[in-house]
Amino acid sequence: MRRILYFLPVLCFGVLAVWFGQGLTRDPDALPSAMIGREAPKFDLAGVAGKPGLAGGDLKGQVALVNFFASWCVPCRIEHPILMRLAAEHRVALYGVAYKDRPEDAERLLKQLGNPYSRIGLDSDGRAGIDFGVYGVPETYVIDEQGRIRYRQVGPISADVLEHVLMPMLKDLGVK
Amino acid sequence: MRRRFAVLLILLTPLPILMGAAPALAVLPSERLDDPVLEARARGLSHELRCLVCRNETIDDSNADLAHDLRVLVRERLKAGDSDAAVLQFVTSRYGDYVLLRPPVKPETWALWFGPAGLAVLGAFGAAFHLRRRRLQGEAPAPLTEAEKTRLAELLDDSAK
Repeated sequence: MRRILYFLPVLCFGVLAVWFGQGLTRDPDALPSAMIGREAPKFDLAGVAGKPGLAGGDLKGQVALVNFFASWCVPCRIEHPILMRLAAEHRVALYGVAYKDRPEDAERLLKQLGNPYSRIGLDSDGRAGIDFGVYGVPETYVIDEQGRIRYRQVGPISADVLEHVLMPMLKDLGVK
Repeated sequence: MRRRFAVLLILLTPLPILMGAAPALAVLPSERLDDPVLEARARGLSHELRCLVCRNETIDDSNADLAHDLRVLVRERLKAGDSDAAVLQFVTSRYGDYVLLRPPVKPETWALWFGPAGLAVLGAFGAAFHLRRRRLQGEAPAPLTEAEKTRLAELLDDSAK
């Protein structure tokens, strides 16, 4: 009995080492969205750049990606080519929300880099963003046919994220 | 004793500095409500809410745009007649518990809230157990019986020869 007791510290050390070791591999900045599994919030935003606006009701009936972007957002420019490719190669509804942006600025950005979105909502006061739980652009939400939020991508979509995270998820949801 | 006092003094020295440091508030005059009661409630709530851009500042202290938006939102909800709890609920339903600087007490956070006290109690029991056993072992052994004394004397006599 006593001998087992002597091994207890070693055992505790082992358990803690594994536990903390695992902790080191996790991203301390990752912030899970509180909206996962819940219905997308209600909102109704006017259109930008000649595209129709975006409302909560538009998110039902097909799998959709809602991408929060802004003309003042630098990482958004990094992910823009990926969004263009996604829109060209896959049949998924890609909607944009111009977050805290002026319509003329958003329009200029899309003229410069191309417009991957079929609908764009202008969220000039950022309220729709708050309803989604956005805390920084770019953020991208995967929304299923029932209009429920399934996933949130924080930060720019890289080729890697598109291939290994978003596409498998979209294929699961039935996107070709 | 004196050394213990010195250690205590060193530990407590930063306390007045920390307590006296007035945080630089980022609340803009334009955001303030005219009603002092509502404004006071808004300030109280702002101290409970984390700015998700800066992560360890309250939305009251942060200059981030999102913090500004949330300060305005909190005031709007209060003006609409929401209770303090309803306002916090409104924000947590969108941003999760992480937005609260004071984690709520629920099964997931029991380890956080009660863990340290639990470990202290456990440690106190362990220490008490250990000390008691040491005291019991430390007691003087029973005195020798008459038979043992004669035997001892015999042995000593033997070795003396």
